[in-house]
Amino acid sequence: MHDIVAKVRSQETLSADYRCLVIEAPAIARAAQPGQFVHLRVSGLETSALRRPFSIYRAEGDLLFLLYKTVGRGTEQLNRLRAGDTFALMGPLGNGFPLDTGGRTPILVAGGYGVAPLAFLASRIPARGLVLIGGRTAADILCEDDFTARGWEVRTATLDGSRGENGLVTLPLDNWLAAHPASPAVFFACGPYGMLRAVAERAASVLAPGWVSLDKHMVCGVGACLACVQRMRRPDGATWIARVCRDGPVFPAAEVVWEEPK
Amino acid sequence: MSARPDLAIDLAGIRMKNPVTVASGTFGYGKEYAHLVDLRALGAVTVKGIRLQPWEGNALPRHVEVPGGMVNAIGLQGPGVVGFIRDYLPFLRETGVPVIVNIWGTSQDEYAEVAARLSDVEGVAGLEVNISCPNVKEGGASFGADPRTVAALVAAVRQRTRLPLIPKLAPNVPSIKPFAQAAADAGADALSLINTIPAMVIDIETRRPVLANQVGGLSGPAIHPVAVKLVWDAAQAVRIPIIAMGGISGPEQAIEFLIAGAAAVAVGTATFSDPGTVLRVIAGIEAYLVRHRMTSVRELTGSVRI
Repeated sequence: MHDIVAKVRSQETLSADYRCLVIEAPAIARAAQPGQFVHLRVSGLETSALRRPFSIYRAEGDLLFLLYKTVGRGTEQLNRLRAGDTFALMGPLGNGFPLDTGGRTPILVAGGYGVAPLAFLASRIPARGLVLIGGRTAADILCEDDFTARGWEVRTATLDGSRGENGLVTLPLDNWLAAHPASPAVFFACGPYGMLRAVAERAASVLAPGWVSLDKHMVCGVGACLACVQRMRRPDGATWIARVCRDGPVFPAAEVVWEEPK
Repeated sequence: MSARPDLAIDLAGIRMKNPVTVASGTFGYGKEYAHLVDLRALGAVTVKGIRLQPWEGNALPRHVEVPGGMVNAIGLQGPGVVGFIRDYLPFLRETGVPVIVNIWGTSQDEYAEVAARLSDVEGVAGLEVNISCPNVKEGGASFGADPRTVAALVAAVRQRTRLPLIPKLAPNVPSIKPFAQAAADAGADALSLINTIPAMVIDIETRRPVLANQVGGLSGPAIHPVAVKLVWDAAQAVRIPIIAMGGISGPEQAIEFLIAGAAAVAVGTATFSDPGTVLRVIAGIEAYLVRHRMTSVRELTGSVRI
């Protein structure tokens, strides 16, 4: 784990709302595992802006790739970064996905920019399988080529039907499961909480292991402040309160005690 | 070559190599930050609030960022005194850094019992008595809202421990002086101030409070001038040393606290965005003393020119 000054190499626009920030961060890039994240501070301390966590999208040599959507103050600042700009970067943080699929077919389920750590995962595991990418519209379906170029099968779903199937990403998931009832699978998911919960339910129903990457608002990123907690249940039934940043963000899907939507 | 200035202080019996610690709740139990900050460089480590039993804290969201800081309502989640002694204290003891444990409870008896338990083990240098957390329904701030309950609580805890007692006072009182005096008269060895300032943030689209706890406590640069005023007030009211906290983001704010009358300072929310802040503060205080030709940080305490 390192706290360094990272330098912007370049910034690419992926689609209307999504960009990819390429940064020079050798120590972090070389240590990064799929599912881990970095904690980034763009503005000065005088405004006390908290850091922002980002999943690692790719790590190649000294370079780290972050995929983001401009949604608020923090990401607007990211948007303004130019080549040569520097900022504070902590990482790699948290625990990533297991890379051993145990002979099972990996099924990756992504919602929106939740595809980023799954693309990193697909580049680091020898197995090939299925990737399901969901989004609101076609513009929210990202990184498809990352997977197809590596021999993964990709299916998509959008809420407005502008790309792939018309509905939630669980639609193509359920179709695949119905068509492959005897195929042993292992699930990896990153996206909105409700989607993760739905994937966890599918994994449980087919008695398959699953791994979910939780996204909770973080403050410290290292397990000190207890802002990003999630109740968990161990296989022996004991419950405990996990820190998403330190104990996760990747957790066994079967151990998450899912909260009811408000 | 002139000698380096002396940063060491004796804070009510706690020997600190420099006057800088961390604010309870912003540094976990030390080990969360140990890979980024050499704990032995600190004057002391102040850990998150501990009560008798494990405590789950509040529902999420527990924090929200605001201009100049953040509002939090973590709700004192913690492992309980037994869990702390078993799972966290050995690591801290190993480092040799003085450990100040923040304690709380829902009754005088609970505070006193926690204090007694922590007095029986090696490795605790002092107890910060949290009578000002705005984020728990019972306990915390309810003891800090009246000088008489402050005095009664401090006296009750005093009977069960010989460790230095450091009540942490609430900022939201008409005058801090009677609270500081009540704590000192009841046997407090030092004071910590300030805790977060009670605050609320509402989402205007949903018209719901952002925090699950509805209200929380404001911390960060925004509260620093408030804290300076309260430290200055308290320093005039009591002779016991003061640990000042609230909005330190660099050496300047720490030095300001010392000049206002604090013997020591604690870095809080700034650690979240820059874990190295506490080390910068220590180095910055030393550089200031050199620049002002002072031989000891103790010369700085209370040196405000009025």
